[in-house]
Amino acid sequence: MTDVLHDHPDHSPNRPLNGVRTPNKTPAAPRPRLRRRGLPRANYPAGLGSLIWLGIVGLPLYVLVAATFQTRDGYIDDGPLALPDHPTLANYRRVLRSDFLSYLLNTALVTAVCAAIVITLSVTVGYTVVRARGRTSRRIFQIFLLGLAIPSQAVVIPVYLVITKLHLYDTLLAVILPTAAFSLPVSVLILVGTMRDIDEELYESMALDGASPTRVLLQLVVPLSRSGISTVGVMSALHAWNGFLFPLLLTQSKSNRLLTLGLYDYVGEFRVDTPALLTAVVLSIVPIFLVYLFARRQLISGLMGVGGK
Amino acid sequence: MADAATRERRPTRERRPAPERRRSVRGAKVGRAGVGRPGVVWALPGALFFVFFAVAPMVLVGALAFTDWDGIGTPSWTGMSNWSRLWDDPETHQAIWLSLILTVLTWVFQTPLALLLGVWAAGRQRNRAVLSAIFFLPLLGSSVALALVWKSLLDPNFGLIADIGPALGFADGDLLGSSKGAFGAILFVTAWQFIPLHTLIYQGGARAIPRSLYDAAAIDGAGTVRQFFSITLPQLRNTIVTSSVIMVVGALTFFDTVLILTKGGPGTDTTIVPYLMYKNGFQAFDLGYASAVATILVVVATTVSLLLVRLTGFAAMRSTREGM
Repeated sequence: MTDVLHDHPDHSPNRPLNGVRTPNKTPAAPRPRLRRRGLPRANYPAGLGSLIWLGIVGLPLYVLVAATFQTRDGYIDDGPLALPDHPTLANYRRVLRSDFLSYLLNTALVTAVCAAIVITLSVTVGYTVVRARGRTSRRIFQIFLLGLAIPSQAVVIPVYLVITKLHLYDTLLAVILPTAAFSLPVSVLILVGTMRDIDEELYESMALDGASPTRVLLQLVVPLSRSGISTVGVMSALHAWNGFLFPLLLTQSKSNRLLTLGLYDYVGEFRVDTPALLTAVVLSIVPIFLVYLFARRQLISGLMGVGGK
Repeated sequence: MADAATRERRPTRERRPAPERRRSVRGAKVGRAGVGRPGVVWALPGALFFVFFAVAPMVLVGALAFTDWDGIGTPSWTGMSNWSRLWDDPETHQAIWLSLILTVLTWVFQTPLALLLGVWAAGRQRNRAVLSAIFFLPLLGSSVALALVWKSLLDPNFGLIADIGPALGFADGDLLGSSKGAFGAILFVTAWQFIPLHTLIYQGGARAIPRSLYDAAAIDGAGTVRQFFSITLPQLRNTIVTSSVIMVVGALTFFDTVLILTKGGPGTDTTIVPYLMYKNGFQAFDLGYASAVATILVVVATTVSLLLVRLTGFAAMRSTREGM
């Protein structure tokens, strides 16, 4: 978990220009200096501040996890900070026996389809923006840049109108389509950044061989943008998994319920059984946590890309 | 990946005559006769999809603001009536006021913390890396999940607030039941959720500052504090702009947290603009009026983001790393 934060945010292999940003490549800061741990002096006020922040971040997370092994009465009697006297898995059993798994399945489906749509569309758009000539492709890129500014909350009413007119209301597709659309601007931005760094000579040599655009895309652009594409995949998946407003307003029936909306419903269903509610919260985060463990580079560079590009 | 590169490069160097090479290097646009370049058609599926579900709705919301629509039938034209109502509605005035205060306080609260944490996390010490990995965790949860955790903690009967409430001036622990407390709770919970994102942005920005600047400053005898104000802060100017805009647009559109923590209450004291839109549109089914409220959001958020494009040269169409 630790090494990733040592990594450079732009870890993609095809970035030849950033020598300055990686200290051990700069002639001014040769390797041995980095090795000597003494170089950055210990900063005690900052260390103290970070410990305070650790408390602010860690305490709720501790309560969240500890409560899931607590009985309802134990939670009420001993308070949220107590370690469970008699750790129990009853909360997990209760949540899993409710409709949780069906919500999970719906969410997984929506997430996978969203990510597939976003990857397909943003790769083709990114490729066109970087390689096509003329004004139109630049205009298209500007539409997406402008699109970064559109908050989904603000346009949810017309989206609702469009979805009902298409007779998609209360289907999973009703959530998938707008969710994917709102993931596109950032994805296009990330991929345009990655694809621009592909060496011009590579394109030219493929053109010399008479390669079609399709072949250039599949044999050159996609392989060399793999890091950007996986970032886009992880980001759009996270966006779809955590989305709440579109499911809330565009679906209704229990069979089409997604996890976030399900969690919201558990507030009523579990009422004062806080441990059960928090267990549902934990279970909803577990899949993302697994992604964090296995794809943290993509996640972090994607989140940095949101603001960093 | 690497062998694809070498495989393609070698024959090129041998075969290509020199004059042609110069021409294509000067401007990619003038290169060979368009062989292997995609036409604009390639971008059409993505562009049309995006226009249909995001850009068109943005225009449509402005049109719907001049209609009366209950969500089931067809919207009917009513001219300016939504707007004159909006002009006179004290609840709307309050919502706009609350949104503005929340946005300003969010910036004031989150920016210094995220900036300090980000610069701190950019250091390569091992303890910083470990702690940063923990600080990152709130980013994984949905705002619904995180708001539910905080709602449990702020429960006046069984939550943490029952114990520490008296110290904060809420003897009965009913923080969410008081106007100021509920507003503060939204400010704090959203900060708790989003500071990690901005920390990450600042961390990336701080790591991009050339090491040599600090080395030179150290030789001149500048201490940590001096270096922070003379090098780090000026170098992070663009990062601050970017982060601020994301923060401001985010604060203007907080919805999930409000719905779960306070439902706009007590009374209407935390009913900010997005929640007001939801209330009018999807609880009262007055979608025409709600569209007028939403239009305000679109205009403000778009204006702020266009400022971003201006200030940071976002649209410069070039790799951000060029010239470094």
